[in-house]
Amino acid sequence: MSDITIKIDGKECKAKEGEYILNIARANGIFIPAICYLTRCSPTLACRICLVEADGKQVYACNAKAKDGMEITTLTENIAAERRAIMEVYDVNHPLQCGVCDQSGECELQNYTLEMGVDAQHYAIKDVQRESKDWGLIHYDPGLCIVCERCVTVCKDMIGDAALKTVPRGGEALDKELKNSMPKDAYAMWNKLNKSLIGPTTGETLECTDCGECIAVCPVGALVSSDFQYTSNAWELTSIPAACAHCSAACHLYYDVKHTSIDNPEPKIYRVKNEWNYVSLCGAGRFGYDFENRVEGKDEAAFERAVEAFKKADTIRFSSTITNEEAMILQRLKEKYGYRLLNDEAKRFQKFLKEFSAVSGQALWSGELGDIHRSDFVVSVGSQLKSDNPRARFAFNNAIKMNKGAGLYFHPVKDPVVEGFGKNLIAVNHKPGLEEAALYLILDLFGDKKTLPKDVVKYLNTFHKKGKKTVEETIKEKVVEKVTKKVKDEETGEEKEVTEEVTKMVPKKVKKEIEVELNGLLDILGAPEDFDDRMVKMLAKKEKFSIILGEDLINHPKAENLAKLAGLIERHTNFKVVVLPPKTNTLGVSLICDLDDEAGQYVVGYNAEGDFVLSASGKGDLDMPAINQQEGTFTNVDKRVVPTYVALPYKGYLLNDIANSLGVEARLTVDYTAALPEEKGFKALKFDDLPNHYTNRGEEIRGYHLENREVPADKKVKVGKIDKKEAMEGEIAYRCNPVLQFNEFTQKAHEIATDAKLYVSSEKLEKLGLNEGDTVRVKLPAGSVELAVASDKFIGGDIVMVPDFDPSIGADRLFSVNRYQNVTIEKV
Amino acid sequence: MSLEQFKDRNVAQNYTFIPVDEPPVEPLDKFKQVVKRTFKGELFVGLWVVFREMVRFNIHTVKYPMEKLPISPRYRAVHKLYRLLESGNERCIGCGLCEKICIANCIRMDTRYDENQRKEVTEYTINLGRCIFCGYCAEVCPELAIVHGQRYENASEQRAHFVLRDDILTPLDFLKEGKQEEFDGFGAVSPNADERIKKTPTAY
Repeated sequence: MSDITIKIDGKECKAKEGEYILNIARANGIFIPAICYLTRCSPTLACRICLVEADGKQVYACNAKAKDGMEITTLTENIAAERRAIMEVYDVNHPLQCGVCDQSGECELQNYTLEMGVDAQHYAIKDVQRESKDWGLIHYDPGLCIVCERCVTVCKDMIGDAALKTVPRGGEALDKELKNSMPKDAYAMWNKLNKSLIGPTTGETLECTDCGECIAVCPVGALVSSDFQYTSNAWELTSIPAACAHCSAACHLYYDVKHTSIDNPEPKIYRVKNEWNYVSLCGAGRFGYDFENRVEGKDEAAFERAVEAFKKADTIRFSSTITNEEAMILQRLKEKYGYRLLNDEAKRFQKFLKEFSAVSGQALWSGELGDIHRSDFVVSVGSQLKSDNPRARFAFNNAIKMNKGAGLYFHPVKDPVVEGFGKNLIAVNHKPGLEEAALYLILDLFGDKKTLPKDVVKYLNTFHKKGKKTVEETIKEKVVEKVTKKVKDEETGEEKEVTEEVTKMVPKKVKKEIEVELNGLLDILGAPEDFDDRMVKMLAKKEKFSIILGEDLINHPKAENLAKLAGLIERHTNFKVVVLPPKTNTLGVSLICDLDDEAGQYVVGYNAEGDFVLSASGKGDLDMPAINQQEGTFTNVDKRVVPTYVALPYKGYLLNDIANSLGVEARLTVDYTAALPEEKGFKALKFDDLPNHYTNRGEEIRGYHLENREVPADKKVKVGKIDKKEAMEGEIAYRCNPVLQFNEFTQKAHEIATDAKLYVSSEKLEKLGLNEGDTVRVKLPAGSVELAVASDKFIGGDIVMVPDFDPSIGADRLFSVNRYQNVTIEKV
Repeated sequence: MSLEQFKDRNVAQNYTFIPVDEPPVEPLDKFKQVVKRTFKGELFVGLWVVFREMVRFNIHTVKYPMEKLPISPRYRAVHKLYRLLESGNERCIGCGLCEKICIANCIRMDTRYDENQRKEVTEYTINLGRCIFCGYCAEVCPELAIVHGQRYENASEQRAHFVLRDDILTPLDFLKEGKQEEFDGFGAVSPNADERIKKTPTAY
């Protein structure tokens, strides 16, 4: 797209052709009021307040595309009158209860009413009864709703649930007289407003993945968190910026903090806010915030025991829910005392990355979540997106909705949420173990055959066969019919029967055998029959490609081969590759720590099993601060080192205190930020110098990007072939968390707290002959576990899900080499 | 959003020390300091004024506490929380404006979502040790719920004496006897309020 220059209120603004005027104005710091528009989503034209004059014509800034040399005036007399009338209309029948409303102080209706100088009301209409609704975590008060439809838009265009829609209000019709007497746009907006309210698409109850993004985008107090409602005024809360601790997206968010109550001055997190124009949160981020580990003070005895344990130990086992700085401390301890560092999941990731970069020639993958948002063809392989990395799911959906995009989704578990993204998505539910075939298919369809290694091309060609295929075609056939008509003789008035021959063209469905090129890979994967035909349509006019590679490929018996194939995709296709690290800081840990394979005699566990356990969930021998009580950095899926800050104070000991008493000294944990290994792409920047914000243009200015260095690539790449025997049959369990759960910390958060269960689709529940709540024994090769059964409406098919958010299940051990395991399920 | 606040990790110890002279140690030095501080010329000026007023015998002073002056309705002493006259419910809706406007930052309230889907104020406190009786809270209150009372005798053993909601809320029996007088001070409705407001049209 070419660069253009437009003038807004006399200021020259540079932009890309086809950008919306509103976005250009915002990027250049020019204010145009707008209520219903959401950056990254489609314009709804509900509020009409963003009226501007472009080259003498009134247009809506949110959906008018800029053309070179355009001159725009943001305020004229007529526009001012329209805007004032619009705000007056919004205030009609809006309850004057700002005093108790949760949005008061950050309410866009309040702000714009004042901005437009509405000091008197000229309009009135009879109100209708509007009862407030309780939708679980979300509370909707239609009385306060101004039907800007931002919730509907974000749910459809960004989140992909499409769980909200406008429903009829049942109000009186507007007085026709008003059409002449009031400003035109204000009347049109009121006419629409007075007919609708917001409601779930599924009847009375809201069935969605509970991301709560609708709460975030609501300009008024109509949609609020049920838990937060009426507990605090917005201005009493202090916003602490942070990175979400639950998955590898490490989303930017704010913890809103205030004293607990009059009796208790201890600070408490009341809610989570986000920069909803630039980043969307999932439900775990928004509702799983109070996972802090409160301790009374420094437990000196336990600390002494911890130091003793470290002196005795030869192994440290830890989880990846730690900061880069803590990983650095562990690495320093290893360097000084020769501890073995154990983290199976990060170790697997490390191996995957090594094989990947040996083929791709780059230390890291090239893409990031932003690339997925911008692409028009997205592929996902080996990831249960809504549980593993909801941000990647939002990006996938956003690309399909906003860029007229298309996508392929390869996963053994049927996912109605992903399938609901749109028609231009083919979901292939292949058998577990055939992930290689999916990657080979991508290479086959999109790989540059000239540069791909010869034997790979040869191998791919073995799948192409000429074959016959019956297709149903609609053809137009010439049909000759004899029609008998009664014709009145004009002269005599008699009726005569006349037979005529009429030729007609009639559409007819014909089955035909045609010769086509068949792709054996599609058969292996069990792709739908019309895959080829649909792909032709889906690939038309596509320019930007990206692929998401998930944890299934990393925790896989043939991970090494999959990594090589991923490397080939990176190198020989124009796909931007995004590898999803399985846990919050897996990437950081795998870059910083030298990890070992085997445990020694005595193990100290940090948020993991061990003979002496340091725990941030309060279940160990020495308490550690949770992520919302620490400052430090994460390395996220975007290969970005992002800072997080202390939201709640911690009175106990830190890992740094232990390291200090062992002789690895630093005053603060964040002193290690500048010491992160530069040879791995980190930069020698101090923690306090890291920025953390978004600009009006939507640029993410958080921390810094890891440098993606070139590494020597293997000259000769040997890639393994597909083994169809690897395909798993029978009863299969998949290690995967339900929506809203990630780890022991989300399990602890009071709004979403839950017990671990065995999650099955409703059809599977019937097949097993079980009822919800029954306890079953799930037997796996590596052991067994007893779980209650729960029906999960967000999965389909026969594969059951064993979660790993509850460490007591020991899912890491049960699923150590593969996320899929053959199981037997017995009722207890 | 500024990140400055996160860069200062020594909030509790961030005091500035003001240089002070060393106190005298020797007894003679101590004695000298006492004499120097006690016998200044101003002492005798003060003594003279007291003596002069004493011998004149036309005292204007009110003999407090036997006598008390009437005070204006606009006087700002210890706060009161009022009730609605008809229902006896609390007027306070928990909007938090007093909490926001309080320049001494001495008002706090706890609120919750109650069973009737309303905002309920469960506790309300004013830290009188910090309150400067500026009257902003009464002025900003949209419900005329918090007002200043006439109780100015605040002798207490504790400097930071908390006022809890129960201490300042009009007792119900008191309300029934009609003893809750409407407040005329800061924030009260002006006599010509009707003329000054623009009326909103209704469709009923």
